[in-house]
Amino acid sequence: MPTVIKVTGLRKNYGELRAVDGIDFEISRGECFGLLGPNGAGKTTTVKMLTCALPLSGGDITVGGMSVNKDPRGVKYILGVCPQEVNLDPDFSVLKNLIVYSRYFDIPYAEAKNRAEELINRFHLHDKLERPIEDLSGGLKKRLLMARALINRPKVLVLDEPTTGLDPQSRRQIWEEVRGMKSNGLTTLLTTHYIEEAELLCDRLVIIDAGKIVEQGTPKELIQKHLDGKGNLEDVFLKLTGKHLRDE
Amino acid sequence: MNNTCIIKNISYRAWYMWRRNIDVSLVTWKTNVLPPLLEPVLYILAFGVGLGAYVQKISFDGRAYDYLTFLAPGMIAVGIMFHSVFDTMYGAFIRLRYQKTFDAVITTPLSAEDILAGEILSGATRGLFAGAAILLIVTLFGLAAYPSSLLVLPLAVLAGLMFASFGLLFAALAPYIDNLNLPIFLFINPMFLFSGTFFPLDGMPAWVKLAANLLPLTHLVNIVRAATFDRLHAGLLWDLLYIVVLTGAVAYLSMTKMKARLIK
Repeated sequence: MPTVIKVTGLRKNYGELRAVDGIDFEISRGECFGLLGPNGAGKTTTVKMLTCALPLSGGDITVGGMSVNKDPRGVKYILGVCPQEVNLDPDFSVLKNLIVYSRYFDIPYAEAKNRAEELINRFHLHDKLERPIEDLSGGLKKRLLMARALINRPKVLVLDEPTTGLDPQSRRQIWEEVRGMKSNGLTTLLTTHYIEEAELLCDRLVIIDAGKIVEQGTPKELIQKHLDGKGNLEDVFLKLTGKHLRDE
Repeated sequence: MNNTCIIKNISYRAWYMWRRNIDVSLVTWKTNVLPPLLEPVLYILAFGVGLGAYVQKISFDGRAYDYLTFLAPGMIAVGIMFHSVFDTMYGAFIRLRYQKTFDAVITTPLSAEDILAGEILSGATRGLFAGAAILLIVTLFGLAAYPSSLLVLPLAVLAGLMFASFGLLFAALAPYIDNLNLPIFLFINPMFLFSGTFFPLDGMPAWVKLAANLLPLTHLVNIVRAATFDRLHAGLLWDLLYIVVLTGAVAYLSMTKMKARLIK
């Protein structure tokens, strides 16, 4: 499978702090790739650089052959981004949120309306159409964020901690959606600190800690390598990143 | 991304941000647009009609005007200022810090500069809207001469860009939303009171005149008053030049500062 995302020597410094300290990985087309790590490991910083929301301190990321350093707009046209934080427009309805967002991608109104309605059905948002965003539950907001991320028919979907703070029902529903998209061949980058989620969804993953990759492979490979196949991915994760508590 | 040229990174997509903000205004107009718009009407009633009854004719530009007539163009200028500066000052701060709107838009094909140019444009649009609406009210009172008063409209756009840029700059510099009280106290309210809005600057001591001429609102008041009185003259080109230069400088500065805050 051809490479869709290529990360080489990626670095991000905040003064003395090396938030991301030389990361390399590649994601192939149709793959669901996991970025795992404890809080503060550099997951969100990496995602922000990939989505052109942060300048790089070093290295490069190419998405579909385009460099985030040289052609950020080109990259952003083919990305779908579902952020960790809810940043929907609270003054707009569910439908209007999707329509306004589609404009940013030059999608004409008629086409945007078709796509929005299709996504509203797919993510079961139809009976909430006119509700203010504030009234939506956490799970519904996440589903709307995911629908919004798909409005431009992206080649790559970026899910930054898609299930953090959700109840088990909502979490399962999000997992269903991700699996559905995966079976449609969408390339996905998923960050999470829920190991169960990574084990369930990711074809391949990297574990990062303190801005560096500490291990990579398929979930099975990692369990085999570190625990002789006995145990689960969470045990591997804890073994590699230590058991001490993390600050944000 | 690392491209530091602010102007080069602005594209037609700035209008998408403008549209988004205008759409919000259309949803929330009853609470966010109408009350501030009616405020100058209160001033006209209180100071113009009320206080004006006790004030003798005001001498301005060699002619005598009654107080209500003198005050009306000042209220147009004040409306333009308040609407555009608050739209970006509080609006952009809220979109940056609380609603995280910029975080959402920055991952779409819009650049940071598109977003910020859109913010300034929508602030200016609010200024134009306020200027036009108050001009209409002033016209209904029979206090505006035509066609010269039509000059207020393009002027409202220009001054709107200037004040919206100031608002964006304050939003970019304020660590917390409460800090925005400072530019209101030190900059906006002094302009409101001392820019020739409520009384002519002609009879004031030289240092007052000098201080007033440093304030951008003074120059807007000068042109708006000349336009509504049909007393336009070439000397006003200096006021216009002041506004144009300051608009360019503050727009550039505000976008640079806000971009630094948006993309760390």
